[in-house]
Amino acid sequence: MTLIIGGQLIPFRLKNVDGKPVSSDDLAKGAKALAVIFSCNHCPYVQAWEDRMIGLGKTYQAKGVAFALINANDPKKYSEDGFPEMVKRAKAKGYPFPYLHDETQETARAYGATRTPEVFLFDSQRALRYHGRIDDNYENPQAVRSHDFREALEAVLAGRAPATADTPLAGCTIKWK
Amino acid sequence: MLKIDFLFWNECPSHPKAWERLHEVLDRQNIQAEIRRIEVTTEEEAEQHRFPGSPTIRIDGRDIDPGGTEHQRFGLSCRIYHDATGRGIPVPTEELIQNALEKNKKTR
Repeated sequence: MTLIIGGQLIPFRLKNVDGKPVSSDDLAKGAKALAVIFSCNHCPYVQAWEDRMIGLGKTYQAKGVAFALINANDPKKYSEDGFPEMVKRAKAKGYPFPYLHDETQETARAYGATRTPEVFLFDSQRALRYHGRIDDNYENPQAVRSHDFREALEAVLAGRAPATADTPLAGCTIKWK
Repeated sequence: MLKIDFLFWNECPSHPKAWERLHEVLDRQNIQAEIRRIEVTTEEEAEQHRFPGSPTIRIDGRDIDPGGTEHQRFGLSCRIYHDATGRGIPVPTEELIQNALEKNKKTR
């Protein structure tokens, strides 16, 4: 990973599914925290966690946390991850957050992201406070024992460091050009 | 003896759990099988094996989720299975493996 816990937010400006560019500055303005999640359409791990990501997005955006999903996959290898398919997916699932296209893959590379989904949570000072998975059970939402991302969100909103700052990733590899 | 092909791509993390689950189901049902473990490492091999993603399990040559391969092209990726609610998941469920074994038993 390029970014380490405590490291500063790496700025980005990427095209959202509505066709308009969105920057990290736009997102972070006035936000108590910023969650950047590398994601995509085709990956079954993303699909398994997707409803939970949406639920967390709705709950914590209402509490002042900004969210952004970023897809960096090469659509030549996975056409399901192309921009038109991103637009369809965001609409079909009712994404409550921007879904951004990292066409050049520069943002994913700068962050050192390797998997989808992969969470980077920054606090109000834009310092990285949590990196890792959504929770410990992609398969069964009812059997989750460790709600890692949610606990990190609660900690950051309370001005504390999350008890666990870095968790193991389970997901598909980012498809590089 | 039953012949099972277990195809996987190492970069996708789904195969250890699928391997374990397959063995659990076989053990529980006391089924003896000859299991061939095939690692797919290139796009060419994926085409050659008609590999729609990792993991892929074939019982006597028949995919455990034949419907699931319809819209997937062959290549190196994590394969999508579905749970009872239709949600995409990376590892085949026990029920899917059990149903495939039962179906195979009837057609043998």
